[in-house]
Amino acid sequence: MSKEQIFEKVVAVLKRYTKNEDALNGVSVSTNILEDLKVNSARLVDVILDFEDVFNIEIADEDADGVNTVGDALQLIEARIG
Amino acid sequence: MSRRVVVTGLGVVSSIGSTMDQFTASLRAGTSGAEVHPAMVEHRFGCHVAAVPSGIDELAERYFDEELLLAMNSGHRMASIASVDAWTDAGLERPASGDDAVNWDTGAIIGTGVGGLDTTGGKIVPLTDACKVRRIGSTGVEQVMASGVSARVSGILALGNQVTTNSSACSTGTEAVIMGLDRIRAGRAERMLCGGVEGESHYSWAGFDAMRVLSRTFNDRPQEASRPMSGSAAGFVPGAGAGVLMLESLDSALERGARIHAEVLGGDLNCGGHRMGGSMTAPNPTSVQRCIRGALADAGIGPESVDAVSGHLTATGADAREVRSWAAALECSPGDLPAITSTKSLIGHTLGAAGAIETIAAIAMIEGGFVHPSINCEDVHPEIEPFKDSIPHQIRELPELKTIIKSGFGFGDVNACLVLARHQG
Repeated sequence: MSKEQIFEKVVAVLKRYTKNEDALNGVSVSTNILEDLKVNSARLVDVILDFEDVFNIEIADEDADGVNTVGDALQLIEARIG
Repeated sequence: MSRRVVVTGLGVVSSIGSTMDQFTASLRAGTSGAEVHPAMVEHRFGCHVAAVPSGIDELAERYFDEELLLAMNSGHRMASIASVDAWTDAGLERPASGDDAVNWDTGAIIGTGVGGLDTTGGKIVPLTDACKVRRIGSTGVEQVMASGVSARVSGILALGNQVTTNSSACSTGTEAVIMGLDRIRAGRAERMLCGGVEGESHYSWAGFDAMRVLSRTFNDRPQEASRPMSGSAAGFVPGAGAGVLMLESLDSALERGARIHAEVLGGDLNCGGHRMGGSMTAPNPTSVQRCIRGALADAGIGPESVDAVSGHLTATGADAREVRSWAAALECSPGDLPAITSTKSLIGHTLGAAGAIETIAAIAMIEGGFVHPSINCEDVHPEIEPFKDSIPHQIRELPELKTIIKSGFGFGDVNACLVLARHQG
């Protein structure tokens, strides 16, 4: 899977939870999931579960805690799907 | 004198309609919302029939965004749709999610009888048993906490007054209205969204089926299965739905020129203490009569002012006792009992939502000047036979109808009774 494909799928997952749809238009690796997309912090748990389902991977809780930006998510997922 | 309280908004989600126009038309026509429920057949219930609203998910998608819907089970969806409808029916504008303004003078008391068992049975229990607790995600708690339904509504409508969920079994919805009445009368709120909800889940109905209190002899004729006051009644038809009323101080309603559907004249709540024939599952007739008399006293009217009765009347063995209690409390001989009807004959027993949906039905009858048919009881129960002339098998047009008394009785020997009237300045 290419980086672009992973990025698209990550954004598609985040789209379900974002409360700031405008921020999705200019989304980049530096976009902060909580601050820019206004995702409810409790829902980060569900975002991680969706990543697991979409990419067929497992993400440990301690690794999930390090996901703040879209770039963090990409890096984590890329490492898991090798 | 305490403040007068009126109803300025109505929202209903039911098996016979999820708009007031549709719901009222079904009441007038005596339409049954009962159908064979596939999950009950599949899981080998004795009763195969339920009355549930259709098209709720599609409706909810028109009302709420995807992020919100991820954490809204069946009960959340029904309660929230009914609440938004009551809100807009009251002439209020739905707040935008990004707007930080809070409605400090408006609260919500939205009860539920059983709660989010679709989430508990469909997600929490199986995932926990499979040692996959983390897969429950973040949305489990808010859907199974008892107060989840009122909490959900408070977020959608930015409510800043008391927000809570009451639970008193099958009297829950009626109780919620009386609690809201008390709060507005006391001057602690100007508006309260009050009502009840019961989501659709065969898990919620399984225990009742095991008790053999659900109808199981009319599975092949579902629309005849809910038969309150009938000699061939053999249990209730479970239902799902939501009813929410906007209660408002008369002063507030007049000040903003709101349309007034009806006035809540008074109400009473009590419990039979599981004594004098009462138990966890049976009402103490003395407490039922005290509750009815208490509601009339609170409303400041005598029994002669009651034009119609909207009973609890579920289609169990308690119906005959209930009718006798009405006659005793209203000081009527059998031939003088006002028209008495059971909305459950149409919508089944929606448990925690029953009192709320049926109160909305009562208001529709006050506004339309009619008493809806109580269907499927042409074979009136022998013990109710002396009162048969009071039972409308067809719609009874009563243009002069002004006052309806509505009761809800619940497991736990709890009672709620409400007096509603046409608003007359």
